[in-house]
Amino acid sequence: MKKKVIVIGGGIAGMESSAHLAALGYEVTLLEKSDKLGGHLLNWEKLFPTMRMGKDVVTFLNEGIEKGKVHVVCNANITSAIQKNNQFSVFLENNTTYLADAILVTTGYDLFDARRKEEYGYGIYNNVITSAELEGIFLNGFQIVTAEGNAPKRIGIVHCVGSRDEKTGNTYCSKVCCVTAVKQSIEIKERLPDAEVYCFYMDMRMFGMHFEALYREAQEKWGVNFIRGRLSEACENIDGSVLVKVEDTLAGKPLKMSVDLLVLMVGIEPSAGTKQVGKMLNLQFGVNRFFKTADQHTLTNVSNVKGVFFAGTCTGPKTITNTITDARAAASTIANYLSGHEIDDRIMASDIQLVALW
Amino acid sequence: MNIDGKIAIWKDYQKHIAADKYFYVRSCVRQNFFPGSETTFLRILREELGKDVYEHPCHTTCTGIGYHGDIVPLDTMMTVVARQFALMTEAGYENLVPSCITSFGIYTEVLDTWHHFPETEARVREYLKKATGREFKIPANIAHASDVVYKFRNEISAKAKYKLVNQHTGKPLKVVEHIGCHYSKMFPDKGIGGAEYPYVLIGMVNDWGGEIVDYPERRHCCGFGFRQYLVQANRGYSIACSHKKFESMQPYKPDMIITNCPGCPMFLDKWQYAIAEMEGKTYGENGQGIPVFTYEEVAGLILGYNPWDLGLQTHQVSCEPLLDKIGIPYNAAEKYDGVNGIKLGKPEKPAVLQCV
Amino acid sequence: MVDFGYKIAKDRQIDFDKNDRSIAQYVRKHEPTFNLCISCGTCAATCTARQFTDFSLRKYILLLRRGENKEVIENIHKCMLCGKCQLVCPMGVNTRGVIYRIMEMCI
Repeated sequence: MKKKVIVIGGGIAGMESSAHLAALGYEVTLLEKSDKLGGHLLNWEKLFPTMRMGKDVVTFLNEGIEKGKVHVVCNANITSAIQKNNQFSVFLENNTTYLADAILVTTGYDLFDARRKEEYGYGIYNNVITSAELEGIFLNGFQIVTAEGNAPKRIGIVHCVGSRDEKTGNTYCSKVCCVTAVKQSIEIKERLPDAEVYCFYMDMRMFGMHFEALYREAQEKWGVNFIRGRLSEACENIDGSVLVKVEDTLAGKPLKMSVDLLVLMVGIEPSAGTKQVGKMLNLQFGVNRFFKTADQHTLTNVSNVKGVFFAGTCTGPKTITNTITDARAAASTIANYLSGHEIDDRIMASDIQLVALW
Repeated sequence: MNIDGKIAIWKDYQKHIAADKYFYVRSCVRQNFFPGSETTFLRILREELGKDVYEHPCHTTCTGIGYHGDIVPLDTMMTVVARQFALMTEAGYENLVPSCITSFGIYTEVLDTWHHFPETEARVREYLKKATGREFKIPANIAHASDVVYKFRNEISAKAKYKLVNQHTGKPLKVVEHIGCHYSKMFPDKGIGGAEYPYVLIGMVNDWGGEIVDYPERRHCCGFGFRQYLVQANRGYSIACSHKKFESMQPYKPDMIITNCPGCPMFLDKWQYAIAEMEGKTYGENGQGIPVFTYEEVAGLILGYNPWDLGLQTHQVSCEPLLDKIGIPYNAAEKYDGVNGIKLGKPEKPAVLQCV
Repeated sequence: MVDFGYKIAKDRQIDFDKNDRSIAQYVRKHEPTFNLCISCGTCAATCTARQFTDFSLRKYILLLRRGENKEVIENIHKCMLCGKCQLVCPMGVNTRGVIYRIMEMCI
């Protein structure tokens, strides 16, 4: 009889791991709380660094689900889960129950609520929007306009909103925002060649392959400007434009600049689903409130509960590329576990206590 | 600007303000420069609202000016604060209401320090005991005097004879609110509305008929900065702060400024004279400047108190044009009549700023 | 006018809206690699003039971008045009070209 795996969360990680687990011969049930698969990717038009369409990746992921005959349950609201011996029972609100030999948690992230960064005035100043809203404009083919309906002449982009910021409780780097800012700057310039774009950054973290090339293109080809300094505050001018105040750390002086539109690059936080499922399954959380993996280097898909595994951004911010790799790694780890291989009994050279960073 | 966004933030920053039995602590700056404001606060609370407000004759400065001016060391400041608490304990009160924003900041900061470093509280208790033989209880509630007026803004509104409305146009007066830095910048949770969008004065102005203008340099300090103003060599930097604010608020054509700090109304008022003399530039209408008020003065005005009882004759920028706008009567001939029939003397008219 | 013994302090804040960024625009137009500078400072570290004067190409590119031109105009002639900066720039900025274009606008 086929062994059963339940995957919780139908975003990129959940979809790709489900496809791989199915290919490995398991009976896979994918539970998704919304009405369709794809997660945040559905809200993204083009992807860094290649500018390929997000929906291409969704198509790829969907095909894996179809080919693997994954049992997909949308609108799934999990109410509880119990573990007995090596068997799990997962109960849904509609009174259905699913049984499994292993659970893969792929509950992902939520975007930082920019209203919490009060001094930037999101939700108060009409011309302050988030990176997700800008992406929505691209996705729907809308014009980029100010609240007053004009084409913006100058646009500011603020990095690290809800990331690397003790004041918001998120001290980690969300990894994807710097390169998203570069990507979106180029897309703004494609649509509004005469507009000036200014990115306000703390560090440019162009860590991924081809990210640096995209950053260079933004500067050389598109004339996007980068100012090193974190906004202290945004205010509204009498004409509705937004006045930003920032220390230009390279000039060593404070700077003020009016922008017609201010875009906040909102960071990644553990999702509400991550919190809910974690509580339900007694999973451990790390200092950044993402799931704590059994080891930071070697057991990155393994949880503190036997038979429960992780993939994707529920353990920390990841790019799509990294998420897909992580999803396949999780499938492989689960396959090892279900075949009876011990997955966490290997000895490391040193037993020095690891610094509790995560 | 979307007001709903602000309302959501205001909801996040509410605090408990005691309803009665206040131990009132005066401000060094205000009792000298705006004595009418503190008198008005007491009059409103006692006569209009029937509250029990106690003033102890032995209370002293909180040493905030000296502390922020690098003259008074931390332990001395904390011991003086402990003595104020002891006076309150002895008088049988537990709701502290400082008139001064910096005192409010000092008391809040001291309690926060004691909370995080209990050994400092123990040390200060020992100092106080040795020096004065006194002991104290931690206050049950600390609210700035503007918090208390905020709490009763509706009651004041209900008794008001005037509104912050231009009687000629029927439109609300445009009011700039300026919050003292030490009200909530150090401890956002201790201020009504928090630190980025403080609501304490907005609540009063809205309730009393006025309309708030939010301008880009709203959050900027008035420039007092203690040692900045106190040392003449630093005053150019001090006045530049107020100058920056005036330049930023000017396009909104505000009718008046309301403040809740000792230093701010003084500097926002008197620097208008200095800027006019230095650069020939005035703000407000007809070269008359933008009148600056304390919240008690504004409360007193709408309650129909005599402007000269409120101490408005001590302002640099004349209040009369605003009184005319609202329709508040005043007797110009009595402007410089002091209490007990002593004439205050009439100030010289400045060369540039148009004073009544 | 009254002499108070002090004057309103000059605002140090870069007023981006009011500043004149025409020099930067001119350089950018004729020497697009001007855009590539990431202010790493390698040029300044190797600069002959930098060792003995305040001359800093890193700083001047940045100041021009902000429209803070005064310091650049006063100092750009200190460059010896030796080309060491071009040798080391990791972004491939044509630094000699940038300096020539700046000089065209400053003379």
